[in-house]
Amino acid sequence: MTFFVIAEGVIAFLLVAGGIFAFTGSLGMLQFKDFFMRLHGPTKGTTLGIGCVLIASMLYFTITQREFHVQELLITLFLFISAPVTGHMLAKTGLHMHLRFITGTRGSTPEFRDEDVGQSRVARPAKARHPWKTRRQRKRPVLPR
Amino acid sequence: MSMFARVVPTPTLSLVLLTVWLLMVRSISPGQLLLGALLAVGIPLLTHGFWEPLPRVKHPLKLVRFVLVVLWDIIKANVEVSLLILTPRREPHPGFVEYPLEVKDRLTITLLANTITMTPGTVSTSLRMDNSSLLIHVLDMDDEQALIREIRDHYERPLKEIFEC
Repeated sequence: MTFFVIAEGVIAFLLVAGGIFAFTGSLGMLQFKDFFMRLHGPTKGTTLGIGCVLIASMLYFTITQREFHVQELLITLFLFISAPVTGHMLAKTGLHMHLRFITGTRGSTPEFRDEDVGQSRVARPAKARHPWKTRRQRKRPVLPR
Repeated sequence: MSMFARVVPTPTLSLVLLTVWLLMVRSISPGQLLLGALLAVGIPLLTHGFWEPLPRVKHPLKLVRFVLVVLWDIIKANVEVSLLILTPRREPHPGFVEYPLEVKDRLTITLLANTITMTPGTVSTSLRMDNSSLLIHVLDMDDEQALIREIRDHYERPLKEIFEC
């Protein structure tokens, strides 16, 4: 009996915490002043928010149906892979489009070198190989200085 | 080249795919095992031309430790960012930091960039074409050098130990 009360409490806590984290992450989109700062909300807040909700779901179904439910871990896994990559791509696009950032942004100013914007030669990825016929050793192309 | 290596060029990937498939269908009946095995062999065969040769994990225990540290840091990061969002009176000082990379392998760089994005107040923004440095946007920056040192000690060194030396 007490076990169920405690489990219920833990699940409720996780749900509420997840909701709060996801909400503040989204609130950051409103609160912050420029594009790059806005990125911080969704890449972090929502990840942990959804993580909490998924753990709660795992616990709930494991306890009520008396069998292990772990496929929620897959959602977390995909989220942990996709969220930072999306954030990186968005930020990089923002830099390429010269989006403005608020005055008072410190540190080294972001600049692109020629090869970063495609103005000079860059190392190309090696050609795709046939899945099983050719097994050459690939050499990493050397960057021109 | 042995027959096994030809059919299963990346055993770890195949194992992961099989596990993911079994978790997704939530059963270990022979039919699903067979289907999962087919997928685990077929998908790497079709895609391994796109894969970089993966580095070996040299210290699995350190990898586990690293993952735990990162998970803890993610929780900390969330609380910090949430506080920053919810108390708008305290004005954050954003900034860009050019972080010189020590690791050279592409997978390690990817892992490092992802870790940086997931952890306290930093988002990896851009990677130089020659993999020499990573541009990081920091939400609330006090000291550029301190931040670089922290990332180096906390994340890059362990990653380097795990994969490179």
